[in-house]
Amino acid sequence: MALKLKQSEFEIERDQNKCISCEVCVRQCSNDVHEYDSDQDTIYSDNSKCVGCRRCEALCPTGALKIRNREDQFKTNYNWTSSHLNNIYRQADSGGVLLTGMGSDRPYTIYWDHILFNASQVTNPSIDPLREPMEIRTFIGRKPDGLEFEMKKNKGSKEGLKNTNIRLKTRLSPQLDLSTPIMFSAMSYGSISFNACRSLAAAASEFGTYCNTGEGGMHKDLYKYANNTIVQVASGRYGVDTDYLNKGAAIEIKIGQGAKPGIGGHLPGEKVTEDISNTRMIPEGTDAISPAPHHDIYSIEDLAQLIYALKEATNWSKPVGVKVSAVHNIAPIASGVVRAGADFVTIDGLRGGTGAAPQTIRDNVGIPIELAIASVDERLREEGIRHRSSIIAAGSIRSSADVIKAIALGADAVYIGTAALVAMGCHLCQKCYTGKCNWGIATQDPYLTKRLNPEIGTRKLLNLLRGWSLEIKEMLGGAGINAIESLKSNREHLRGISLNDRELAILGIKHAGEAW
Amino acid sequence: MKRIYIQEEYCIGCRLCEIYCQVKHSKSKKIIKAFKEEMVDILPRVLVEEIGYNSFAIQCRHCSDAPCVEACISGAMQKNKNTGVVTCNEDKCVGCWSCIMVCPYGVIKRDLSGKKIASKCDLCIDEEIPVCVQNCPNEALKFMDKDAKEKNLVGNKGG
Repeated sequence: MALKLKQSEFEIERDQNKCISCEVCVRQCSNDVHEYDSDQDTIYSDNSKCVGCRRCEALCPTGALKIRNREDQFKTNYNWTSSHLNNIYRQADSGGVLLTGMGSDRPYTIYWDHILFNASQVTNPSIDPLREPMEIRTFIGRKPDGLEFEMKKNKGSKEGLKNTNIRLKTRLSPQLDLSTPIMFSAMSYGSISFNACRSLAAAASEFGTYCNTGEGGMHKDLYKYANNTIVQVASGRYGVDTDYLNKGAAIEIKIGQGAKPGIGGHLPGEKVTEDISNTRMIPEGTDAISPAPHHDIYSIEDLAQLIYALKEATNWSKPVGVKVSAVHNIAPIASGVVRAGADFVTIDGLRGGTGAAPQTIRDNVGIPIELAIASVDERLREEGIRHRSSIIAAGSIRSSADVIKAIALGADAVYIGTAALVAMGCHLCQKCYTGKCNWGIATQDPYLTKRLNPEIGTRKLLNLLRGWSLEIKEMLGGAGINAIESLKSNREHLRGISLNDRELAILGIKHAGEAW
Repeated sequence: MKRIYIQEEYCIGCRLCEIYCQVKHSKSKKIIKAFKEEMVDILPRVLVEEIGYNSFAIQCRHCSDAPCVEACISGAMQKNKNTGVVTCNEDKCVGCWSCIMVCPYGVIKRDLSGKKIASKCDLCIDEEIPVCVQNCPNEALKFMDKDAKEKNLVGNKGG
């Protein structure tokens, strides 16, 4: 159609004084934005095709390229914003559901940015983590109701503890041992490339934390990292067999995803290559459709059946958890999930990422993770069942400060997805669903997947985990705490800023300036 | 000796290696000036070969029994006994192209600067790491000893 109503979101500025026509930008753009004209020895760029991934900008050897956001696409209107107009134009053309990728970018309150962490002064000493022990190891899994010991007096010896054999009588549930309270969240092979999956698995394994297969099965070449991989069982049951369940370190039943609560998934047939079809155990080239609900789970009792079936299938040797998205009634839902026997509950918040989701769902459904953690932790404590499950928070953890705030609000550990992808090069252009990721992450095109060298990916992820872990230790030390376990749900260490009474009450924290 | 090894599975075909090689062997060594003003004189000594999805950058392998050295009629092509680097002495080269004919990798080219001389990779002897390796954005080129290669290359780690 000749008439184009939608305006380009980006403007490509090429400094002709610097451009040497080396064509790196031409070769790197999978959206065919740049074109070389050999007659004129000039490169022309088409703004309308640009998605703003900044691959060309990053690789241009002379810094001749600048990708700018076009702010003033239409006449300023606070109600009818450019994004509303462009979306309507797109839909008037296509008549379809608007898709998008990554987490919501709408300006809802980000509570992390309204919470401040504490530090020690005078009345209690702060700790220097570089000189004194600082424990950030944590365990995910069901904790016992209490501990029972068996004491046997050694035969023929005198009374007293010294002569007694003490044995733990309570049977402990299987636990995941995390060297840092950060794990990589579920991203399936299919939604991201093999090289991305491999980087995540290798980094998790080397650092002593865990990655998650997502609903895509585990590639046979990644079985060597299985001890540090949580395997997911989702509504489509792709890639699930006994071997897969028994290889993983833990099993996660995926009920929902923060970016698209109540919605299933759809991996288009074009992306189901030979390797992916083997891993997902479906025919090559067929669409992989994950239904919105699990068709065998219509109640908490049904969920309990699946949890115990999976525990039975793995001989009760692995923690089995449930992932739900943060929705309005998350506290009672989590309570039900815990009572159904889940060893951990993963809660994915409103701003959680995705490879593809309807934009309207992503931007309008769910609640922020901060409020969800606080209300779930509170509810489980009130009911006296908090110890039965660990809480894993997910959905836009952007820094070590977010991690520490999540833990102080009541989480046991966090999942990072977007942050991990960003460490591998993602620029949040939100075009994952097109399969044309120029950074080699959310694509299966062999020309593009090569762009992520797993050696570099692993190194960057390890650096990220290391950097955040050091920062967490510094912050803990500053607050005079020497173990992450002592921070869990320790909301006295948090203060809200610019929040109203209702928000403070839900978060269970005082306002900045209020002392005890 | 340290050599450049190729991991073709991670070559993204951006040709930045060629560009930086050209800059390194230009008069000014400044990228914009070299391309805007000295372009005629410079030729990349590393070449990206590309068929379909596969690509890799190849430059002189500095063979231990270099055929180009054997074939050279003027004694311009020499292998340094200490460093193992094969270089072409441009003052001695007469442009007979025997080296081009015998090179099994096709990595020696005719120089375009007007002089009849052979142009090839000199392993950037004055640099710690050759510029093509330094500037590969995906680390598809590695500069290392043969022993280290076996341990380090991703392709050899399996998986």
